[in-house]
Amino acid sequence: MAEITLVEAINQALAYEMQADPDVILLGEDIGKDGGVFRATVGLLEKFGEERVRDTPLAESMIAGLAIGMAMQGLKPVAEFQFMGFTYPALDQIINHAARMRNRTRGRLSCPLVFRAPFGCGIHAPEHHSESTEAIYAHIPGLRVVIPSSPQRAYGLLLSAIRDPDPVIFLEPARLYRWAKQEVPDDGKGLPLDRAFILQSGEDVTLISWGAMIKETLSAAQKLKKDGISVEIIDVATIKPLDKQTLLTSIEKTGRCIIIHEAARTGGVGEHISAELAEQALFFLKAPIIRLTGYDTIVPYAKLENYYLPKEQQIIDAVQRVLEFA
Amino acid sequence: MKIIARFEISYYQILNETSEIVGTLPSFAKDNEHLLRLYRIMVLNRVFDTKAIALQRTGRLGTYPSSLGQEAVFTGIGDAMLKNDILVPYYRDYAAMWMRGIPLSDILLFWGGDERGNLQGGEDLPFSVPVGSQGLHAAGIATALKIRQEKRAVLTTCGEGATSQGDFYEALNIAGIWKLPIVFVINNNQWAISVPRSQQTAAATLAQKAIAAGFQGEQVDGNDVLAVRERVDVALTKAREENIPTLLEMICYRQCDHTTADEATRYEPKGVRDLEWKKEPIMRLRRYLENLKIWNQILEEQLQKECTAEVEKAVQAYLATKPAPASDMIDYLYAKLPHTLFEQREQIKQVGDQCHG
Ligand SMILES: Cc1ncc(C[n+]2csc(CCOP(=O)(O)OP(=O)(O)O)c2C)c(N)n1
Ligand SMILES: [Mg+2]
Repeated sequence: MAEITLVEAINQALAYEMQADPDVILLGEDIGKDGGVFRATVGLLEKFGEERVRDTPLAESMIAGLAIGMAMQGLKPVAEFQFMGFTYPALDQIINHAARMRNRTRGRLSCPLVFRAPFGCGIHAPEHHSESTEAIYAHIPGLRVVIPSSPQRAYGLLLSAIRDPDPVIFLEPARLYRWAKQEVPDDGKGLPLDRAFILQSGEDVTLISWGAMIKETLSAAQKLKKDGISVEIIDVATIKPLDKQTLLTSIEKTGRCIIIHEAARTGGVGEHISAELAEQALFFLKAPIIRLTGYDTIVPYAKLENYYLPKEQQIIDAVQRVLEFA
Repeated sequence: MKIIARFEISYYQILNETSEIVGTLPSFAKDNEHLLRLYRIMVLNRVFDTKAIALQRTGRLGTYPSSLGQEAVFTGIGDAMLKNDILVPYYRDYAAMWMRGIPLSDILLFWGGDERGNLQGGEDLPFSVPVGSQGLHAAGIATALKIRQEKRAVLTTCGEGATSQGDFYEALNIAGIWKLPIVFVINNNQWAISVPRSQQTAAATLAQKAIAAGFQGEQVDGNDVLAVRERVDVALTKAREENIPTLLEMICYRQCDHTTADEATRYEPKGVRDLEWKKEPIMRLRRYLENLKIWNQILEEQLQKECTAEVEKAVQAYLATKPAPASDMIDYLYAKLPHTLFEQREQIKQVGDQCHG
């Protein structure tokens, strides 16, 4: 079986579910002939036609509002936003409507839809193209927030996101779109939307991350292994709802925990995880919980963006720091 | 039944595709020096775009949107605006920005990924990247000018794709209600990345969107720098003198990929670009200047050399710009950095030092 990239896995999942379910419909800017600016929808217009693969006018609030209406009628819209920074014009529709339609109608109406967007920095894109503000969405009751970090997880999680009866914000790390390739069987098997993934078992320290920072987390673990340090790596993946149990079980074993994310520090999802662990695993902790995050600033333009991201060496140093606690 | 309103949209052209005068010649166009100036700026714009793309292709510049084929729009705007008017641009307005004092090297800095490209500009705004958002800022600025009775105008640009955004309509709407001193210019280059003009609106023109907001909209041949310059001038004067807003739809063609990250061959029908090229603005004016016997091959070669040298100077200045210190990423976030961020600033400085070291 050929190995494919994360963005190809997204394409494969979309094609699979469109084939399996005639209610699945795609909309977004440049998703038709152009196949999306990252080519996530390439070939789908040719395969499924203009009725189901809709190039929209340039208007994000419109895209979100349309998807909400379609979803209430039983369609399963999967809308693409060109970049996370361009989901912001749609925030009103997403927060005020998609997230609460089920609740305010006591279940009479609902919004089974997916909002996809590439996110994160490190691809030398122009300004506004490097956002990682997943915490905004994670804060909104009624939404699910899902972030894949490998081709296999992208495929399985996207399938489940489309099949889920509620609105899902599906954020795709642009830095990983064409990074590591994997075999991804096109078997239509979804992955759970409320389980974190243990990427590597270990004994000494738990590294918790998601999105593109999984890359540095994995490479740091490789180096630490050479020094005889065994880390457990967890890809949170489903930012909301958060699978606390998997995290707690790991901390109970290792007693040490480092959370690594690209988003700004204050109000980042790392704060929430850290607070949950502090409340529920205090007596297992042998060292303070450490967060390695982006800074509380706007992601700089390309020339300085590398300074913004947490580095592999920072992860290694942090591991060594927590290991100093007996 | 009775008809209670009827509307018309005018189309303006002065210099046609074959370089004949087909409209009333405005007085500026009777001044040969003025014509030559417009020509030189359009050529400089084109030389600059060509060089910027070359820099991007060789890894020395980030993603870059060219303005090829759209030079007349931005040159006409830059020429008609007064120094104390305010420009609220989008990302293709190089000629206008340069004419208003932004060095070409700053434009390269911006697309090279350096915020210092936005340092200069007085009251003008930097490029707007979130498509369609800037019209409202322009309306806010125009409101301030009007409150202070300053007799200045705001001009804001956007692409035709941007006209689909709610913010765009909201800006037109308030400009009509509050009678703001503002000119909206749509650079209708027929494409929003891969989406053609026909898929942005079913309306016959974009100009008519002003009608619903209660003011005049008109179409202008965006390949005709004389018509662009004239209509922008008329609109700006109305804005300054009488607080009357205007919407101008410039009809031209994007003779390039959307940006260097795009491949238009994926979606653009074959042959259209070549057909449209016959209308392009620079050759059109050049033939006219030659007919007036004020331009020839020797002058052309000389101009090309001058523009190449001017652009080269900008490139050298850009390439010689030392990277900003890493701490710049947080130093401009607030008027005064809160003490709670001092620790993070220190970390950023350390990371910067390590990476440089
Ligand atoms: C709000 C927002 N959505 C999407 C984008 C991505 N994007 C950048 S330019 C562009 C097309 C703009 O087309 P148009 O307004 O016609 O201007 P042109 O680029 O053709 O000059 C798109 C979709 C963006 N920058 N901002
Ligand atoms: Mg356009």
